Amino acid sequence: MLKVNNLKIYYKTPLGFVKAVDGVSFEVKKGEIFGIAGESGCGKSTLVNSLVLRKPPMVHMGGEAILDGKNIMTLNEKEYRKIRYTKLSIIPQYSLNALNPTKRIKEIVRDLAKEHGYKDREEIENKLRERLKMVGLSEQVANMYPIELSGGMKQRAVMVVSTLLDPKLLIADEITSALDVTNQRIILELLYSFIKEEKIVDSIIFITHDMGLLDKIADRIMIMYAGKVVEIGPTEKIINEPAHPYTQMLLNSLPRLGISYREIKLQEIPGEPPALLKPPSGCRLHPRCPYAMQICKEEPDMIKIGRNHFVACHMYRG
Amino acid sequence: MKISKETLRIAFGNTKFKVGFVIILIFVLWAMIGPLLTPFDSMGYYPVKFGERIAPKPSLPSLKPGSVGEIFTPQGAVEVKHYLGTDSFGRDIYAQLVYGLRSSLFIGLIAGGLATLIGLLIGFVAGYKGGWADESLMMITNIMLVIPTMALLIIIAAYLPYRGVGIESLIIGLTAWPWTARAVRAQTLSLKRRGFVDLARISGMSESKILFGEILPNMMSYVFMVFILQFGGSILAAVGLDFIGLGPTRGMSLGIMLQQAVLWNAINLGYWWWAIPPGLVIAVLITGLYLINTGLDEIFNPRLRRE
Amino acid sequence: MVKNIQAMSEGYKMSGIKRYLMRKSLIYALTFVFAVTIDFIIPRLMPGDPIGVLLSRFATLPDVANYLHGYFIEAFGLNKPLWQQYLSFWNAVLHGDLGISIYYYPKPVAQIIREALPYDLALLLPSIISSWVVGNWLGAYAGKSKRFDSYLMPIFYFLQASPYFWFAIILAYVFTVKLGLFPISGAYGYGVIPSFSWTFIKDYLHHWILPFLSLFFVQLGGWAIGMRNMIIYEVEADYVRYLESLGASERLLMKHAFKNAMLPQITGLALQLGLIVAGNVTVQVVFSYPGIGYILMQGIMNQDYFLIQGCFLVIILTVLIANFTIDLLYAFIDPRIRYSYTEEGA
Repeated sequence: MLKVNNLKIYYKTPLGFVKAVDGVSFEVKKGEIFGIAGESGCGKSTLVNSLVLRKPPMVHMGGEAILDGKNIMTLNEKEYRKIRYTKLSIIPQYSLNALNPTKRIKEIVRDLAKEHGYKDREEIENKLRERLKMVGLSEQVANMYPIELSGGMKQRAVMVVSTLLDPKLLIADEITSALDVTNQRIILELLYSFIKEEKIVDSIIFITHDMGLLDKIADRIMIMYAGKVVEIGPTEKIINEPAHPYTQMLLNSLPRLGISYREIKLQEIPGEPPALLKPPSGCRLHPRCPYAMQICKEEPDMIKIGRNHFVACHMYRG
Repeated sequence: MKISKETLRIAFGNTKFKVGFVIILIFVLWAMIGPLLTPFDSMGYYPVKFGERIAPKPSLPSLKPGSVGEIFTPQGAVEVKHYLGTDSFGRDIYAQLVYGLRSSLFIGLIAGGLATLIGLLIGFVAGYKGGWADESLMMITNIMLVIPTMALLIIIAAYLPYRGVGIESLIIGLTAWPWTARAVRAQTLSLKRRGFVDLARISGMSESKILFGEILPNMMSYVFMVFILQFGGSILAAVGLDFIGLGPTRGMSLGIMLQQAVLWNAINLGYWWWAIPPGLVIAVLITGLYLINTGLDEIFNPRLRRE
Repeated sequence: MVKNIQAMSEGYKMSGIKRYLMRKSLIYALTFVFAVTIDFIIPRLMPGDPIGVLLSRFATLPDVANYLHGYFIEAFGLNKPLWQQYLSFWNAVLHGDLGISIYYYPKPVAQIIREALPYDLALLLPSIISSWVVGNWLGAYAGKSKRFDSYLMPIFYFLQASPYFWFAIILAYVFTVKLGLFPISGAYGYGVIPSFSWTFIKDYLHHWILPFLSLFFVQLGGWAIGMRNMIIYEVEADYVRYLESLGASERLLMKHAFKNAMLPQITGLALQLGLIVAGNVTVQVVFSYPGIGYILMQGIMNQDYFLIQGCFLVIILTVLIANFTIDLLYAFIDPRIRYSYTEEGA
C-alpha cells in the first residue's frame, strides 16, 4: 500500500533546519492497522502530515513515499489534489476545529465531493446520512452546524467526513487525545469496524503517544524517537518483548492494571528529548540510554531480530 | 520590562515596522528641532522688537513656497525666506506647520495615554473580577462605544467657555477609552484562565499584585499596540475637532490651519500650500503609526506574517 | 429521540437570536436615554448663566430677545425643579420638538434637520455600502495575491490615515480648481429648485460626486486593510487546512475563508459608524453641502445651542438605528449566534 524510504522532512526556521523527520523508512500493508508511537516531538505527527499536505516551513528534504506506485513527495499539485480524499485521507489532530463553523456538515461534504467530481448532491447526502448512522449519530447532524455538536460528536463527524469517499489509506492523528475514556473507546471501536468490518478503508495509520491504545487496536507498531525509527514490529512482540531500550522505557512508564504502585514503581525516562536543530550524533538516544556504549556514537542500522521485527540499536549487532 | 536582543532583531526585520518607525522618528525629531530652525512664532508671525516690547508682525500675504517676504521693523525692512509660503494673513506656513505638529504629538501622547490608562483599568477590573462588576462596566462601555465619539466631543466642547490644548486632550482621552477597555478585558479574560495566574492566586498573592505583576507583563505587547492606535486616533480626533471650530480657542494647530484655509477660500484661490501640507503631515504621520502597529501585529502573531 | 433533538434545537435557535437581540436592544435603549440625558445635563453643568449668554447674542434684536426669554424660561423650565425639567425635556423630545433654532430663527430645529437629513443619507448610504463592498473585494484580493498586496497596501494605509476633510480638500483642489470639472459648494446650483425633475437630479449629482468620493475613498482604505488581514488570518485556520488536506482547490478554500472573514467586517461596520458620521460632518463643511454636518457646523459657529443639541440627538438616533440593523443582519448570517449557549462580551 504505502512504502516510505528514508524520508527526510525538515522545518525551515530563521535559526536553521529542524530535523523533525530524519530518514524514516517503513511499509504499510493492505488491510492492516499500523500504529506509530513516541513521545511529543518525536516527529510522528510531522511524518504523517507531510504525506498529506506540506506547507512552509515544512520542507521535503529527501527520500520518497510511494503510494499506489506513485511517489507522492514529488507529485504535482493537480495530481496530488486528486489523490487526496480519494486514495489518502486524514483525521487530523485538530479535528475539533477542523469543521468550518459557519457551514453545515452537509455543505462541507458537498463542496469537497464536488471537487472530486461527485456532483450528485442527493447521492452524497444519502451516503453522509448512512455513515452518520453507522457511527451512532443522528441523521439530523448532516444539517447541523459544528457548534451544535459536542466534542465526541464532532470527532465522529470528522471521521465520517474524512472517510466519505472511501479512501484506501486513512491516517488517524491522535484522534483520541482530546476525549474522555468512554468516547475514546467508542472511537477506537468505530475505527476498527471501518477497516475490518465495513471495509470502508483498506489501511489505517494510527498515531498516538498512548501505547495502551495501540495494544488494543494495532497490527504492527513503529516506535519513533527524535525523528528516527527505533523499532518496528508486530504488536505482541513490541508490547511483550520490546527490544529497543527506548521502547522498554516507554512501556515501563505506563501504569498497568493489576500491579500495585508499591510493588513496581513507575519509571520515568531520565533526561529530555534532544532539540532537533542539532541532534546528537549517532543514536539519538545515547545521551539518555542506560545501556549506552562507545559505539552508540555511530548511527545504528535497522537490524532484523525476528519475522517482521526490526530494531535500530547496536546491542543487537551480529 | 526586558526587550531581548532577539525581539529587536525580529522587530526590525519586519518591513512595515521599520518603515513606520522611521517615519515616526523623523516626525518626532522634526517636531523637536524644527521650531528652533525658524524665526517665526507658533502662529507664523515674526516677532519684531519695539524697544522693550516684542510684537508679532506678519509678512507679505499669500506668498508661494520658497519666496522671500518682507517684515517691516523699526530697524528697516527684514527679508525672510518662507519655505512653505505664507497664508492670506502673511503668516509663515512652515512655522505653523512645525508648531502644529508639536501640538498634535502632544495631544496624541496625553489623550492617547489617558485613554489607554483608563481603558486598561476598566478592562482589567471587568475581566479579572467578573460578575456584576464586569456586567456593569461592560454595559457602560458598550453604551459609550455606540455613541459616536465625535458627537460626544462636540456636545462637550461646544459648551466649554474656554478651550486649551490640555482641555482638548482631557476630553478626547475621557471619551476614547471604551475601545481599549473592551480589548483589554478580552485579553485579561484569556490570560486569567492560564496556569500561572492560578498559581499566583494559590500562593496567596494579593489581587493588585497579580494584576500588575503577572497579567500586565504578559499583555505589554498588546497594550503597546493599543496605545499606538489611541495615539493616532486622538490626533485624528483633535484635528477633526479643530477643523469644525471646537479646538483651542487661541493658538494654532494643524486642524485650525485647515479650518482657516477652508474658511478663507484657499482652495478656490489656488493657495495649495496652505490647504494641503497640514493634512499631508497628518496623513503620513498616521500612516506611520498604523504601519508600526501592523508590523507589531505581524511580529507577535506569526499567523499574520507574510514574509 | 430524533424529534426531541429537533424540538430542542428549534427552541435553542430562537432563544439564541432572541437573547442576542434583546441584549442589544437593551444597550441601545440605555444609550438613547444616556444620550438624551447628556443632551439635557451638559448645558446646565457649564459655568455661567446659559440664558444670559444666549440672550447677549441678541442684544441688538430686542423683539427676538423678549420672545426667546419667555421661550427659554418655558423650555428650560428654570422655574421648576430639576427633575421636572428633565421630564419635560423628555416629553419634548418624544414629541419631536427639538426647540427653535437661534441662527435660523424662527425655524424649528426639527424642521431644519428634517430638510437636511435626506442629503445626508444620500451621501452616507451609497458611500458606506459601495466602499464596504469594493474595499472587501480589494482586500480579499490583496490577501490572496502577494504581489498585489505589496503594491496596494501602502495606498490603502495612506487612504485610511487621511482625515476625511483633508482628502475632500485634495479632491476639491484637483477636480474643481485645476480641472474645473465639479462644483465645490452646495448640493445644487443657484436658481435650481429642489424637485424630482431630471434637471435638478443631474445638477445634484454633479454637486454630490466630490463629497461622495471623499467618503468613499477614505473608508475604502480601512475595509481593504481589514479584509486583507482577515483573509490572511483565516487562510491559516485549521478548517482551511483540513479542506486542503482533503483535496480542496484554491478557489474552494478562498470561498470558505471569504465567508468567515466577512463576518467580523460586518460587526466592524457597526463599530466604524461613529467615525464615518464624524467624517461626514467634516466633509460637508468643506463642500458647504447642506446636510446635518453643515448645519451642525453653522450651529457651532453661531452658538445656536438648540441646533447643536438637536443635531446631536438625531446623529445618535441614526447611529443607533444603523447599529441595530447591522446586529439584526449579523444574527441571521452567523450561525454561531443562533446556537451558542455562552455569550462573549456583546
